[in-house]
Amino acid sequence: MARASGNTSAAVEKKLVGVADAVITAAELRRDPTLSIPVRSLANINFNEKRGIIEMGKRKQARTFFNVGMAKKFMQTVLVADALAELQRANLTTSLREIYYRTKHTMKGSHENTFDGQNESDPLIEDLEVALAALREELHVRAENAGSVVGPLVLVDDGDRVDCARLGKGGYSVPSIVEPEYIEIRRCTADFVLLVEKGTQWNRLSEDKFWRRYNCVLLTGNGQPPRGVRRLARRLHDEHKLPVYVLVDNDPWGYYIYSVVKQGSINLAFESERMAIPRAKFIGLSSVDPGTYGLPRSVGIKLNDKDVGRAKELLKYRWFQKKAWQDEIKQMLSSGLKYELDALANKDFRYLTKTYLPRKLKEKDWLD
Amino acid sequence: MLARTPTAGPKAAISAAEMGARQREISVSEFFTKNRHLLGFDSPRKALLTCVKEAVDNALDAAEEAGILADVVVTVEVAPSGGAAAPPASQATRFRVTVTDNGPGIVRQQIPPIFAKLLYGSKFHRLRMSRGQQGIGISAAGMYAQLTTGKPVQIISRTGARAAANYFEVQIDTKKNEPRIFESKKIDWEPPRGTQVTLEIEGRYQKGRASVDEYLEQTAIANPHVNLVYRTPEGETREYPRTIHELPPQPREIKPHPYGIEFGVLLRMLHDTESHSLAGFLAADFSRVSSAVAQQICRTAKLSPSARPRQIHGADPEALYKAIQSTKIMAPPSNCVSPIGEKAILHGLYKQIKGDFYTAVTRPLAVYRGNPFIIEAGLAYGKGPDPAAAAPDAPTVPLAEGEQPEDDDELARVIRYANRVPLLYQQSACATFKAVLETAWRNYGVAQSKGALPAGPMAVFVHMASVWVPFTSESKEAIADYDEIRKEIKLALQECGRRLGVFLRRRERAKSEFRRRNIFELYIEEVVEACARLKGGKLPKEKLRTQLQKIAMKRTGGTRTDEILGHDAGPEGLPHSIIVTPEGPEGEAPALPGAERSDGTPPDAPRPEADGLAPPRRKGKGAVRPTNAAKGNTQAAKHQLTTAPKRKKR
Repeated sequence: MARASGNTSAAVEKKLVGVADAVITAAELRRDPTLSIPVRSLANINFNEKRGIIEMGKRKQARTFFNVGMAKKFMQTVLVADALAELQRANLTTSLREIYYRTKHTMKGSHENTFDGQNESDPLIEDLEVALAALREELHVRAENAGSVVGPLVLVDDGDRVDCARLGKGGYSVPSIVEPEYIEIRRCTADFVLLVEKGTQWNRLSEDKFWRRYNCVLLTGNGQPPRGVRRLARRLHDEHKLPVYVLVDNDPWGYYIYSVVKQGSINLAFESERMAIPRAKFIGLSSVDPGTYGLPRSVGIKLNDKDVGRAKELLKYRWFQKKAWQDEIKQMLSSGLKYELDALANKDFRYLTKTYLPRKLKEKDWLD
Repeated sequence: MLARTPTAGPKAAISAAEMGARQREISVSEFFTKNRHLLGFDSPRKALLTCVKEAVDNALDAAEEAGILADVVVTVEVAPSGGAAAPPASQATRFRVTVTDNGPGIVRQQIPPIFAKLLYGSKFHRLRMSRGQQGIGISAAGMYAQLTTGKPVQIISRTGARAAANYFEVQIDTKKNEPRIFESKKIDWEPPRGTQVTLEIEGRYQKGRASVDEYLEQTAIANPHVNLVYRTPEGETREYPRTIHELPPQPREIKPHPYGIEFGVLLRMLHDTESHSLAGFLAADFSRVSSAVAQQICRTAKLSPSARPRQIHGADPEALYKAIQSTKIMAPPSNCVSPIGEKAILHGLYKQIKGDFYTAVTRPLAVYRGNPFIIEAGLAYGKGPDPAAAAPDAPTVPLAEGEQPEDDDELARVIRYANRVPLLYQQSACATFKAVLETAWRNYGVAQSKGALPAGPMAVFVHMASVWVPFTSESKEAIADYDEIRKEIKLALQECGRRLGVFLRRRERAKSEFRRRNIFELYIEEVVEACARLKGGKLPKEKLRTQLQKIAMKRTGGTRTDEILGHDAGPEGLPHSIIVTPEGPEGEAPALPGAERSDGTPPDAPRPEADGLAPPRRKGKGAVRPTNAAKGNTQAAKHQLTTAPKRKKR
């Protein structure tokens, strides 16, 4: 189905059954059953300078059954594979949380549960995604609709025509799966895409009809944008050649959100291929903006230890090595303050719409 | 106070003569009537405890001194007040406390002063280890009864089968500190010998910490040679049977050790002595002072050895005092202190506290301020054999998200004793408690927050035996914090802790081996089922399960692990310790009369001997290798594993 890998439902099911086959074969050979799972961590990613995206490395971790530290995880992985295969057979989609409930039970003759919390099952689904080279959509697991879009854009969703210019200030809720089989982009006349970190600021821009005056698509992911939002932005970028601008808070977490949109995330590096937008631009809030736009020091927030630690980590990431970025992050560290987008309201409620963004766009004042 | 000149004060000034007219002697009894909190009668609840305590202490002291194994019956009843029906025990405000012993009895003419005269007794003027010290306790309890209910103390005492029993009703004349006898007659009394005291007092009965119940339970722990029966106000009868059938060695009375006396005491002794020479006085009235040492002291003090003790005054006594402190004198003899003993402590703890591990340490004699003392410590750790493991059909309640199998953050309990008497109040002021806090329990595998008691299912036992226990107050609730004492307590606790650490580490090792195997058994089941579903039900499950179990067996060490599991739990290398396994106790465990423990041991099974010389063990017959029986019922397999018999190869 999806272009990235193109697994059919039957193919996915076969891959999942392969987990059971690995156990059975190992048992026949009197070997410790082992699953090989690519490592999803900073140590196992490469930043491809030429393509500008984060790619997953080749390192794999052997998850073996008869090892006290891994036995439970192994057992859990097999259980999750079983639940995912059930979805394929029944042709249903489900949420991460439902997978957790489906696989949770008390083991016979003990007080121990197969899973103690959803935090144990979620990573296993990602493990299977990478180990089986199947996308989450292909595994029929969806995330929550956690994003909104508004603007001169017409989509077709399940046969329904959705005109995002006629959906009031609320906009269209972006589903977690926006692959062409599910969502068709019928028409788009915008000039660019503005991806806003915060729902509150997206609301401000939507209410002020910013998108109409500046002819753009307004997207938000309410924090770290989910896959559907990232994928939609990427499709607009690819299919309609729209530049993508990212508007985030001036703090290390905002920087990281921008970098995930641009280069992909560390955890889901295997998804960068179809998610990352290497030409996305960082429009704000930059560390120099408080000075340029006359934001008083009193609306800043002191960086806490976690912020400082995170900023120092970012300084080391290979995709933040451009001088402009090093300066940007170091300036934040030296000022010791971070600023929220909302702080612009200190000047005027509509400062973002009327002054800040227009001036930024006019001056092409963004970081790459 | 100096007399003031009449002109100095305001117009209401009182002349020295007027003041003089008001100044008169205060009787001890009057003093304590007004300051009853000093003697432990501050609240009704504590008063009830103090009355029971004083009577029981006297009974035990008397029996031990007479060489009798004590049988004590304590009865606490609700006393009807004002003609109305007796309220329930928790609501009642009036109680009748009766303590009966089988001690030597009291001769007729001594009964009134013993029970109705403060500071009258046999224990104050000697240095000998005993529960009571001052001769205040029981008469103060009587005074309290008189003060709150007006009822006299009733005493029955009989000194032998051939003597008649005497019955007395007495009260204190608080002004004169003299007994007032209300009733005195000879009566028929069934027991051939013993004493019975009955007090009717205002009090409150409340269970829990620092209750009468706790006091008697702890008394039973530290006095396993006593047979104690307690009839509670709620009508229940609790028996604490004797587990040691010999009396503790009689402590000897000693003379004061020169290091321990204060200057004032030295002056008094110089005045009171019957010796005619200084050297003779030193040698005769102190312990561990030979005539050679006496000569040496005299030389250091630059005093004549033949000087008359009563003629020494001026600066000389001070020189003498200093000379004594700087002369090397042997530590006091140890036979004046009678410790409970490791075996008895073990028996006491084992009898009263449920646990998996017990240990006890008796330190050698030590000295503070010239007073010899011995510190003993013990530990009871754990919750006893898991009753769920004994009953394989126990229902399993699945845990919901966020629930933990067990929340165990209870803190350890410290049970403190001075001369075998439990101390229930003012724990934080006590040297024992401070020593428990200062011991680094984490080194022994027990959690402990900073400045807090160790956490876990643990009871810490500390006993100080001494000819003179330094209490912080007359109500004898906390031991004063002398460095020497605290150091000894810590040493004893550290030794207990080391043994506990060894036990915990061994158990942990056996457990982790067990757990290794056990989790594989559980997970194999899950993996086999999931694989079968993945394969659409077309899978020979039995075959896969067997194959995986074989691999698991190979990986976890198989039979070798069984041996470790079976062998490692014994108390070898742990002196004076008991380890309790679901199979039964190992080590110096006592035989418990009356089989009150429901530990699953069949009544006809051989009971461990009480002498502790040969820890009995059952032979490992009928051992079932558990992993082979793992088909479908891992719970049963677990049970077998934990109860695998302890085989011992020598």
